[in-house]
Amino acid sequence: MNYQLNHLRELEAESIYVLREVAAQFEKPVLMFSGGKDSILMVHLAMKAFHPARIPFTLLHVDTGHNFEETIKYRDNLVARIGAKLIVGSVQDAIDNGTVREEKGFNASRNGLQTAVLLDELEKGKFDAAMGGARRDEEKARAKERFFSHRDEFGQWDPKNQRPELWNIFNGKKQYGEHFRIFPISNWTELDVWQYLAIEEVELPSLYFAHKRKVFKRDGTLLADTPIIQKRANEEVVEMMVRCRTIGDITCTGVWESDADNLEKIIQEVSTTRMTERGGRTDDKRSETSMEDRKKKGYF
Amino acid sequence: MKGQAVSDAKNQLMGDIEQSTELLRFTTAGSVDDGKSTLIGRLLYDSKSIFEDQYEAIKATSERRGEEGVNLALLTDGLKAEREQGITIDVAYRYFATPKRKFIIADTPGHIEYTRNMVTGASTANVALILIDARNGIVEQTRRHAFISSLLQIPHLVVCINKMDLVDYSEEAYNAIKEEFSQFSSKLDVKDVHFIPISALMGDNVVERSENTPWYDGTTLMYYLENVHIGSDHNFIDCRFPVQHVIRPYKDEFHDYRGYAGRIAGGVFKKGDAVMILPSGFTTKIAKIETFDGELEEAHPPMSVTMLLEDDLDLSRGGMIVRENNVPDIGQDVDAMICWFSDKPLQPRGKYTIMHTSQDARCIVKEIRYKLDINSLHRNTEDTNIGMNDIGRVVLRTTKPLFMDTYRRNRITGSFVLIDEGTNNTVAAGMII
Ligand SMILES: Nc1nc2c(ncn2[C@@H]2O[C@H](COP(=O)(O)OP(=O)(O)OP(=O)(O)O)[C@@H](O)[C@H]2O)c(=O)[nH]1
Ligand SMILES: [Mg+2]
Repeated sequence: MNYQLNHLRELEAESIYVLREVAAQFEKPVLMFSGGKDSILMVHLAMKAFHPARIPFTLLHVDTGHNFEETIKYRDNLVARIGAKLIVGSVQDAIDNGTVREEKGFNASRNGLQTAVLLDELEKGKFDAAMGGARRDEEKARAKERFFSHRDEFGQWDPKNQRPELWNIFNGKKQYGEHFRIFPISNWTELDVWQYLAIEEVELPSLYFAHKRKVFKRDGTLLADTPIIQKRANEEVVEMMVRCRTIGDITCTGVWESDADNLEKIIQEVSTTRMTERGGRTDDKRSETSMEDRKKKGYF
Repeated sequence: MKGQAVSDAKNQLMGDIEQSTELLRFTTAGSVDDGKSTLIGRLLYDSKSIFEDQYEAIKATSERRGEEGVNLALLTDGLKAEREQGITIDVAYRYFATPKRKFIIADTPGHIEYTRNMVTGASTANVALILIDARNGIVEQTRRHAFISSLLQIPHLVVCINKMDLVDYSEEAYNAIKEEFSQFSSKLDVKDVHFIPISALMGDNVVERSENTPWYDGTTLMYYLENVHIGSDHNFIDCRFPVQHVIRPYKDEFHDYRGYAGRIAGGVFKKGDAVMILPSGFTTKIAKIETFDGELEEAHPPMSVTMLLEDDLDLSRGGMIVRENNVPDIGQDVDAMICWFSDKPLQPRGKYTIMHTSQDARCIVKEIRYKLDINSLHRNTEDTNIGMNDIGRVVLRTTKPLFMDTYRRNRITGSFVLIDEGTNNTVAAGMII
């Protein structure tokens, strides 16, 4: 008898275990849903964890207002299909009512503004745990995250003073007003995610598959041509076959030249690529420690 | 994109993916500056597991800081404070794969102040790489980390005698350290110790065999990692299923459904098995083992499943499903080794929260048997003040019974953490004896 699980099934079992711990240890957890493959994976794993019951979490989308159209369509379909409750935190509203100030100029992005809106929504909804689809292989500050990551009453991360996390015992105890960020898919790599989504036949947004799109190049990154991004005079728009490797705010999510229009080709591409998926994220390129700095303030 | 595209991909991939790949988790250990992070960087670089943009980023940082070459330790030392001080503060996890295996690396700090983070990284490892600077030999932190690795029952230790380039690749230097470590480790509970002379900085014997150590006829580190037999860390004998969560769908068609969700901690459970549930001690049978993908005939560690029982019994989070003829130790006295993480010492008669499998209880420190002297491994029964980073043996009394095995027998039902009731911080890791 062979009782060995292959690595994807082992990762699956680990993530399901974490999701169930969240349901058991917290009063009001929320699942941060961005519309990207990682949050789609998280929802899929949550369905597995609580089957045949509905997933016991509300979904929270922090909407920058600068989305790829496809993302919102996909999100609304998914929510309807699984019968979940969705809360949308709007960055546009926060700008309109003066809670946050919009950046100006060529590289303006609403990415940083998401933090204030997120913290606001967590407080409004009295959520005591927010699950995110961040993976340790994405970025060097994320490589340091615990599964259960404690946040103080200001939502701040203190990377120099994280709680020890031993074996699979997760300490979710906190004072009133504090909360936890929880990362159930911490140990998955980009390739694991794609292989798993393929064998599980999970439906995905079309943005991940190669398609024709008008794009232009800035600082070595291809950006989608949209009225939201102010172009410089010398930035020339061309039409190309591209796909997204991550999906986020349209102003800072680079697209990649690719002809991978099915899962088989995507897996092939991901397993041979020489660039990390966040290599196209201009929000990470602002400084050497921009992810760490944002996380300390409460970003996911 | 359901449909044809996926089915094709699936047929092609399923085979490869499902039969592949073993997962090996390893950790680094050893004193500060002995080269742990540099070694991980070297391993990733020489196995071509570094992405171009990552490499460009650390190259630019190295240049800006005026370093001679590209500092490969920057691959794991990603925090601002770590880069400023040139040390590791918290565990960094890195991932890579070769055609043979998939690896999860935990690069841990050597600094004594951050021992808690070393234990965090090591608690889930199959293999520990213990680095020693060939110039300095074994120091107290080497002993502490080797001892912690043995306490955690990491089955394989690889002692990497590093910075061989700084001792002219001297066989004598290597042998002297090997000899000294062997003497120390013979007193530890470790099954398998392996030695490799390396230079993390230059790459000798990391991925490529070195010409500088013709006297060494062993394997490279990479070869070892790809081939070491990890068998199985799991216990497939004693059936243990801690209940994590009870699933009660509020849908009409599942009116009477009550599923016990959890992860198998030991043994092989089969549909129809006669089982006992704890704490009540009632017996019943497993009606179904369910997953989202359908029913299973049997389930084993580390699977996450849902169990349905034939009878309606009182069972909830913290309870456990076991076999009638093989029950864990049920009791309120916990005899254990602990590793202390807080700057506030362990309080004799102090009260803490204990988390053990899916149970929470309160406990009182009934007795501190001894503190361990990390250098001599002497059991000190006079000085039993357990402070930060100390290791000692204690007896705890809990407010309700726990369902325990020894840590040796089962890493899941044999481990616990202690939590300070004031700060909610995790202050100790415990291993049941
Ligand atoms: N000459 C030489 N220097 C090395 C070697 N390995 C590491 N070093 C240097 O030793 C210093 C410390 O290396 P790190 O890799 O940061 O050490 P560490 O063990 O990770 O340190 P902590 O994580 O802080 O405990 C750096 O300056 C390295 O360049 C080696 O094989 N030869
Ligand atoms: Mg280091």
